[in-house]
Amino acid sequence: MSSKLKDFWRLFTAFFRIGAFTFGGGFAMLPLIEKEVVDRNGWAERDEILDIFALAQSVPGAIGVNTAVFVGGRLYGIAGAIVALVGVITPSFLIILVIAHFFAQFKDNPYVASAFAGLRGAIIGLIACAAVRVARTAIFDRFGLAVAVTAFFLSVNGIIPAVWLMVLGGLAGYLYYTRKKQEKTL
Amino acid sequence: MILLQLFYSFFKIGLFTIGGGYAMLAIIQQEIVRYGWLTRAEFVDIVSIAEMTPGPIAVNAATFVGYRSAGLAGALAATTAVVLPSLISVMVVAKAWERYKSSQAVQGMFGGIRPVVVGLVGAAAVLVATTSLETLTGLGVKVGTLLIAAGSFGAVYYLKWDPIKVLLGAGLLGLLLF
Repeated sequence: MSSKLKDFWRLFTAFFRIGAFTFGGGFAMLPLIEKEVVDRNGWAERDEILDIFALAQSVPGAIGVNTAVFVGGRLYGIAGAIVALVGVITPSFLIILVIAHFFAQFKDNPYVASAFAGLRGAIIGLIACAAVRVARTAIFDRFGLAVAVTAFFLSVNGIIPAVWLMVLGGLAGYLYYTRKKQEKTL
Repeated sequence: MILLQLFYSFFKIGLFTIGGGYAMLAIIQQEIVRYGWLTRAEFVDIVSIAEMTPGPIAVNAATFVGYRSAGLAGALAATTAVVLPSLISVMVVAKAWERYKSSQAVQGMFGGIRPVVVGLVGAAAVLVATTSLETLTGLGVKVGTLLIAAGSFGAVYYLKWDPIKVLLGAGLLGLLLF
């Protein structure tokens, strides 16, 4: 194997492992990414990892996928980005294909139906938990609280598509916080 | 045609996934319902499956919905579409973001976007709860589901239990009780 191919294989397998063992969303990935990227391969310094994570959260795309693209791209350009990206999504792609294929046969089975009834309860609890955790990091003033409550009601009633709520929120935040800053400096 | 629709919808979902998958449940549900790819009950089941299998929720949902509506080609189209915005945004925006992230305008915008995400995640919890209660039959099952929801919340939020174990436990409880 040429050394370039070896590098790509290393990158692919590292992100394959990250993709295979991450359950339930981006924040759960942090320790695993740190282990693969910093400890095992030395692709980034420990304090860089948090910056990479902040970036991954702030641009469009799933957090784990963004981290893969960022690390791969920094190492080997666009080819590296694609290798890391394919690595991180391959495990879930294969597993979901199998589940989707057999889902129709599964879901009418009474035992599976009972298990899923129980699971739905847990999902409600987990999402509520995520909401409270996000609220604690994202809301720190009355403006934020008002925006969150408004977005909640508009989204539940389906009045405005979620995509537009984010665009409007961004616009409102821009207007509110830049004006507030001006008032302070005057 | 359906491949194009899948591609378009999941590109949009990927593009507007900022800061985690739960906020995107509302968008995913809107798109799925608009094109009639899945029933609402099936949508909730996908969320369960996505939680129990590795990988980001948006990517899991893309593969699942793509496969169920257009086979392997659909799975590939939807999965590619949902990750494409990551590739573009991280490669292109990363440099600009490094330079402007501390600017007033960008800080202000994110000051408004983050609370919207909170509202969307809260709405997702309510949407999943109402869909579950509508589709489950029998008062006992409905009350049981709400109790499991409250218990799961407490176990993960206060006791810091592993979400995967909570899900496995809830599935087992469902088997025993319902």
